[in-house]
Amino acid sequence: MDSTAIIGTTNKKGQVITDPRVMMNDAPRTPSFFTGSEVIKEAVRRANVDVMVAYPITPQSEAAALCGELFAEGYIGDYFRGESEFAVMSQCAGAAFGGARVFTTTAGPGTMRAMENFPMWAGARLPIQCIVTCRGINSPLSIQPDTIEIAYLMNTGMLVWHAETAQDFYDWILKGYMVSEEPDVHLPLALCCDGFFVTHTKDVVDLTPVDMCLPPYDPYRSPVPCMDMECPPVRMMRDPFVMKSNYISYATHASWQQEVWAAAERSRKHTIAWLDGLIDIEDGDADILIISSGTAVSQGREAIRLLADEGLRVGLVKIKTLRPWPEEELREATKHASHIIVPEFNVIGWMAKELKATIPNSNRVVAGPRVCGGMTLPPEVIVEEVKKAIGMRSGVLAGRGG
Amino acid sequence: MSLDYVKFTPGFDTFMPKEYRDMVEHGPFGKKTTVSQMGSFKEILEEHPMCAGCAMTLFIRLAIIAFPNPEDTITVGTAGCGRLAISQAAIPFVYGNYGDQNGVASGLSRGLRIRFGDKPKDVVVMAGDGGTADIGFQQVLHSWFRKERFTTIMLDNEVYGNTGGQESGMTTRGAVLKMAPLGKKFEKMDMVSMAKIAGCAYIATVVPNNPRRVESCIKKAVLIAREVGPTYIQAYTSCNIEYAIPTDKVMEDAKTVEDDRYKFTEYVSEDAKAYLAERYGYKEFTQKPVAAITNA
Repeated sequence: MDSTAIIGTTNKKGQVITDPRVMMNDAPRTPSFFTGSEVIKEAVRRANVDVMVAYPITPQSEAAALCGELFAEGYIGDYFRGESEFAVMSQCAGAAFGGARVFTTTAGPGTMRAMENFPMWAGARLPIQCIVTCRGINSPLSIQPDTIEIAYLMNTGMLVWHAETAQDFYDWILKGYMVSEEPDVHLPLALCCDGFFVTHTKDVVDLTPVDMCLPPYDPYRSPVPCMDMECPPVRMMRDPFVMKSNYISYATHASWQQEVWAAAERSRKHTIAWLDGLIDIEDGDADILIISSGTAVSQGREAIRLLADEGLRVGLVKIKTLRPWPEEELREATKHASHIIVPEFNVIGWMAKELKATIPNSNRVVAGPRVCGGMTLPPEVIVEEVKKAIGMRSGVLAGRGG
Repeated sequence: MSLDYVKFTPGFDTFMPKEYRDMVEHGPFGKKTTVSQMGSFKEILEEHPMCAGCAMTLFIRLAIIAFPNPEDTITVGTAGCGRLAISQAAIPFVYGNYGDQNGVASGLSRGLRIRFGDKPKDVVVMAGDGGTADIGFQQVLHSWFRKERFTTIMLDNEVYGNTGGQESGMTTRGAVLKMAPLGKKFEKMDMVSMAKIAGCAYIATVVPNNPRRVESCIKKAVLIAREVGPTYIQAYTSCNIEYAIPTDKVMEDAKTVEDDRYKFTEYVSEDAKAYLAERYGYKEFTQKPVAAITNA
């Protein structure tokens, strides 16, 4: 199928199938005041999604239900509630195997329950998009914001992006399909955000026109055969290598796993074009940098404002994609920094660990401040961490054991 | 699939592997092959790594021959012996995760319906007793309750054969197997009743030593699943290794078990009967004229 031939035609809802670059970069935008969940719905409305499978888990339930309304309105081809996250992700896989554009959402324990599917999706090269509205993982039970599940997702072979704002979310859902479905990528995308902070707060988001939508997914651009029996009847496999303990079987598995990760690397060039780089830098020449992803970046930005009031100049690096990991970009961005503060919303500090493994002189990295289990991260806590790192005296904040 | 695919590109036929030439020239695509013709055509499942005397392999061969439209059929499975054979067939086989075959098939069936509309694309799940009744139980039952339109076939060897002989939910009570060192403590799960409760439109239990019956059941199940609702076939496919059945006694065992506790049963819902009669001319389900009944 010539994908350019359908540009300008309409889908069954009368939306004009638009060149994605025109739609995302040139088309007029309308400022709208929406919750993050509503923003997910509005992005999916314009994404020409074939199948969505839903399951309730806080804090993604609202978004998943709102997509059901889209189905009722005719914007999504098929939609149903699965029976668990593991089942949902399997159902998503089936639809993608059959050549459909697939969308789903999950969170926290749901992400963990579904986990067996994510490396399978990547290995099977299914360009499914899964929104992950991060929350705590049990036990003890928590529904509150916490980004620890991202640490697991980063090792699945999926593309993993971390949205800071509802605007990121809106744009990246649509752009995400464009990157995911490239023939040289063709991988699933975990599009993460911090639950509640993004999903349940309202923000002004600039929306693209409602009568424009992405071109439909073309499954024949996949690097692996679509499972629709529209291809010649070759035997795809001889001697299933899963059963063989020999070099050929090991080499087959090894080379395919390497290929999956190479595909994630190949997504860089597309992602850089769509997201205008894998990282954003503000005042990058400052001696002190705050580096993080998600809403920790927002809190960092507030801390920088407070520090500026005291005459301290601190730069900010916002990491947008965790997979692929912006290794070269971060080495370059941190070249001159002597102190790197990494605020995070999780107990293990996965971001700081990744960063330490990336840059020279990793003792420059301050792995904190970190909060978890739903704790908020006041900018003052980041301010204190910055001052401590550079040896400045600061007032001790309550509750920090000082 | 357009049957144009099952032709050679002009000038290329002599360069194609013999395997492929045989499939094009003597394969079942676009033809109505039957089990009674076995040995006279190129089968979709041919070579396989299964054990000598494996009844499951015979059943899978029969089932695949029976597919009404092999050129538009996709199979789905999970871990277990069966997939080692099914994955070598000349039609697509989808393997997702452990026990999620009915979830994958739900999505696949729906995705294909969106893309191909009314053109039938038959989705057939073939998974073992462990995959269907144990680890996949939730997704199997929910796919039936949701009335997903595809066929589920349980290859019931009453044991986890591929992992070396562990008890499954479909093992009969008292059987001593790995992980049941004192014998299985509870009854074989009644999946047929559960299929009925969950609303399957066609349910059958078969053994592989009656090829025509297997063929008949598979054809009905696949056709009904196209439009009426979920269909379920439970096939006794003994594991001659784990149950120590001598290779030359495998068919005899199947007959004995069939007579004893695995009798042929077939349930066809009224909707399914009407569908088969009207759409596919099944005489056995055609309503007899009212007058004829009155006269009788």
